[in-house]
Amino acid sequence: MRLGSGTFAACCVVVEVLGVVLFLRGFFPAPVRSSSSSKHQAEPPAPEPSAGASSNWTKLPPPLFSKVVIVLIDALRDDFVFGSKGVKFMPYTTYLVEKGASHSFVAEAKPPTVTMPRIKALMTGSVPGFIDVVMNLNSPALLEDNVITQAKAAGKRIISYGDETWVKLFPKHFVEYDGTTSFFVSDYTEVDENVTRHLDKVLKRGDWDVLILHYLGLDHIGHVSGPSSPLIGRKLSEMDGVLMKIHTALLSEERETLLPSLLVLCGDHGMSETGGHGASSTEEVSTPLLLVSSAFERKPGDIRYPKHVQQTDLAATLAIGLGLPIPKNSVGHLLFPAIEGKPMREQLRFLHLNTVQLTKLLQENVPSFEKEPGFEQFKISERLHGNWIRLYLEENNSEVLFNLGTKVRRQYLDALKTLSLSLSRQVAQYDVYSMVVGTVVVLEVLTLLLLSIPQALSSKAELEVPLLSPVFSLLFYLTFLVLSAVHVIVCTSTESSCYLCSLSWLTAGGVMVLVSALLCAVVSALTKVLVRGKLLSKNAAHSNSRWSELDLLILLGTLGHVLSLGASSFIEEEHQTWYFLVSTLCLALCHDIYRNYLPGDDCEPQRCLHVEGGFDGATPALQDKNTSSAVLELNRGCKSPSSLGTLRGYEKWMVLASPWVILTCCRLLRSLNQTGVQWAHRPDLGHWLTSSDHKAALSVLAALSLAVIFALIQRRCSPASKVAMALGLLGVYCYRAAIGNVLFPWQQDNKDISKGILEARFVYVFVLGILFTGTKDLLKSQVVAAGFTVKTVGLWELYSGFVLLAALLLRPHNLPVLVLSLLIQTLMAKFVWKPLRHDVAEVTVMHYWFGQAFFYFQGNSNNIATVDISAGFVGLDTYVEIPAIFLTAFATYTGPVLWASHLVSFLSSEASSSADGSTHSQ
Amino acid sequence: MKDTDIKRLLYTHLLCICSIILSIFIPSFFLENFSILETHLTWLCICSVSVTAVNLVLYLVVKPNASSKRSSLSFKVTRFVKCCVYFLMSCFTFHVIFVLYGAPLIELVLETFLFAVTLSTFTTVPCLCLLGPNIKAWLRVFSRNGVTSVWENSLQITTISSFVGAWLGAFPIPLDWERPWQKKVSVGRGGHILLNITWLMRGGLTIQTRAPGHDSPRCWRL
Repeated sequence: MRLGSGTFAACCVVVEVLGVVLFLRGFFPAPVRSSSSSKHQAEPPAPEPSAGASSNWTKLPPPLFSKVVIVLIDALRDDFVFGSKGVKFMPYTTYLVEKGASHSFVAEAKPPTVTMPRIKALMTGSVPGFIDVVMNLNSPALLEDNVITQAKAAGKRIISYGDETWVKLFPKHFVEYDGTTSFFVSDYTEVDENVTRHLDKVLKRGDWDVLILHYLGLDHIGHVSGPSSPLIGRKLSEMDGVLMKIHTALLSEERETLLPSLLVLCGDHGMSETGGHGASSTEEVSTPLLLVSSAFERKPGDIRYPKHVQQTDLAATLAIGLGLPIPKNSVGHLLFPAIEGKPMREQLRFLHLNTVQLTKLLQENVPSFEKEPGFEQFKISERLHGNWIRLYLEENNSEVLFNLGTKVRRQYLDALKTLSLSLSRQVAQYDVYSMVVGTVVVLEVLTLLLLSIPQALSSKAELEVPLLSPVFSLLFYLTFLVLSAVHVIVCTSTESSCYLCSLSWLTAGGVMVLVSALLCAVVSALTKVLVRGKLLSKNAAHSNSRWSELDLLILLGTLGHVLSLGASSFIEEEHQTWYFLVSTLCLALCHDIYRNYLPGDDCEPQRCLHVEGGFDGATPALQDKNTSSAVLELNRGCKSPSSLGTLRGYEKWMVLASPWVILTCCRLLRSLNQTGVQWAHRPDLGHWLTSSDHKAALSVLAALSLAVIFALIQRRCSPASKVAMALGLLGVYCYRAAIGNVLFPWQQDNKDISKGILEARFVYVFVLGILFTGTKDLLKSQVVAAGFTVKTVGLWELYSGFVLLAALLLRPHNLPVLVLSLLIQTLMAKFVWKPLRHDVAEVTVMHYWFGQAFFYFQGNSNNIATVDISAGFVGLDTYVEIPAIFLTAFATYTGPVLWASHLVSFLSSEASSSADGSTHSQ
Repeated sequence: MKDTDIKRLLYTHLLCICSIILSIFIPSFFLENFSILETHLTWLCICSVSVTAVNLVLYLVVKPNASSKRSSLSFKVTRFVKCCVYFLMSCFTFHVIFVLYGAPLIELVLETFLFAVTLSTFTTVPCLCLLGPNIKAWLRVFSRNGVTSVWENSLQITTISSFVGAWLGAFPIPLDWERPWQKKVSVGRGGHILLNITWLMRGGLTIQTRAPGHDSPRCWRL
């Protein structure tokens, strides 16, 4: 089967994407969650089990506590409370832990140890998966069933002070709130004062049921000066004072009410030895959890050691404590000490409710749930519980009842533990089979692609894809049979759920056919290459091609980057690798330039030889000479660039200076946004610009950037799109002014901030217009064969359309990134790639490197939290899924996309100019 | 001729390596609380001074290129002054390059500059000793096929391996320094990791390039 190389590449990309999707499906298992809709319709609570006799208790049990105060201290590590620091700086808390009416636990947080997922875990009891972020792109509000929503539905009055994440997660849930932002990390007193100043009033007033306090100061201190800083001690003492104040107020109030109140002290995540958080080291995942209530009164001599529990357990405990249904997706189990003081019947009732909820979750997520040990334990304990109720209702022999009850309770606790364990294992389980199949598909396509590169790049731009003959070969059928057998074996023997097995047999068979066909194609392509290689080696005379230093750097740098991804730190700090490589690339270019342009160069002829030799060796099909279109650089290989003479004085100086200018640009951009993990908290220009004090500076910068963008982009546009570009950029500024990011010089104040829908749509019109003209030109060049110039212009228009869209979507302080990217592209194209005659491969790799570096210059990182979701709402009234996802993706990948489109347009323009050159020479 | 040259070359390089090693141990007899890790700045100073001294002494003793046509005092003085200026310029150029590579502009200026000085002593000083303040000669030596003698060959190899070593030295920076094997190498203090490794690279014992090179990369904050 003959295919054009474009079609072939497209097919390969499609199959590759399929493989990657399959792999990702295995790598990110769907989170454990209840399939019933997230609407919180009042599901009747599970009635008390009773064997025969009818129980009179079908309603939810009443709340255990009248008031609940949750004091969440950000980045509170367990040893800050239970360790030596706690003894030293938190005397009151230590007293409570050691002697007071309290239960203390060490709660383990699951990574990612970042505030928002941790709050979700605390309130829903579920483990937020990575896929959650994609599914909840539409709104930051928490839609899952959670304690706060349940409490609100039950008519409780909730007050929240502290981190504004709460307000974002639970909009309209709080009767009163004051969100503090965790934006200015260097501030660690003001954020906490803003919480504490409300305390006296609220505690006196007492017209609330749940009070949530989220203190950020400790986290900020950790980020700034680490966990051993003296500031930590002072902050802990302050927190101790707050705790004492709340506890005494609660105690004094309790005398008037019947029910006791509950004070919860917890941390959302810990703090690593360097003061950061986010990863999964022990210091980051262990947090203290302290439940204080007069219901937990203990006898003297009763020493309670902090037990290890999961952070998700708090949700179920809180729900029971407030008399609410347990959140549906909670995988945690009730903290038993909290209900220990209650009568046996209530204890069993609570445990039963929790077990029923977990079993329901298990039923919905594990197909073979009946085989699970937890489910069997649940059935046994439910039967025992029923018997116990019958006995309880019939007679009152307390001794027997108590002993039996203890037995049932033990059964329940075991069942809970097993259920919780198997549910959380479900979350952290990879679907290895799907991953392997996905990897195999990707690798096969990659090999096929690599093997057919020489053929595809040849003059005909066509290649023979060996597909038909292998399909009828013995190998194909054998592989297919073996794979099917493996599939059957895997699917019948596996215990956990597997995506490929849950597909229909036909689809799975299709995947198997694909895998085996690809394998056969690869094998036949390989034999062809080997045969050809043998023929070639006989007449290959020019194997003396040497690599230039730049080639070596490009190859080693790319390989080194790939290898560096084996270490997690290098993934976290990937931007460092790219910045380093890009700087080195600039220096290498500098070296190249000086060697070529300064007197005393004697290696130029060698280089020409190398270019020609290298390519002739790689592509033997190039023997025919009219191949200017496919391979740009080759024919121009040895025109003896007597470089010094041909360039005018100004240009020569620009060539000499451009690497340094580019280096300086990169250095500036690097200080604009700090990303990564270890040094992300350091102050940077971006934060300085976005703070409200420097709005004027930001406005000037934004206006200047837009002007420079226009100046740089307009030189190769058609007149119509020039005008569109100018108007569009003006619209971008208006949009930013409308949403209040920047100022108009003539309207200093009294501006009401709108959503800027009109302005943004105004810009979209121009973006679409420019893109449309570009596409039209491209189509024209394809259909009418109008030549390269039309194609080049069309590609440039497309590129400028992308630039305009990026200018709209990027946050104003990131506009310099766009400007400098355009500047670097212009400089590189004009003064480096053209004069130095780099070949296509080199130019492509450099584009790739710069694209990657610009991804990080924008402030992105490999952490999903840095994705700017606000870009998805530009110009949209409400959340519309497809455009929002597209816009967010574009805004995130602006750097790589712009560099890729610049690459295409640059290569096309080079091809056209070389075509011009060849026609002239003929 | 060549054999004696190679022998002398070997001795000079051994001497250089010895001076680096001695600069680690000797100062602890004279200075209090001296160790490479704690007082790395002092060590760097001592190291660069000793390497410069060794280079100068070797230059005076061995005289690899006995091609001084004129030897008037004024010529020597101007030559010396020129060398100093070149050295300072190279220090500042390196400093600028490090800043462009991401070293902080204001904090840690001293560290960055000392690193620039160290790298200069390992690269510029041998060049100045061997070739003199003569840019053309430098360009000749560092372009392909421009080497004429064993001395220049060794110079080329040591200088380039110094640069490569300094470049490679930046790679461990993003590591967390929490794994046990990393802790052994870790010199991090408050995140400002200043890693000192004396990178000893020995050239192959081929006749052409029998040149043990050495360099001392010290990485700076990215």
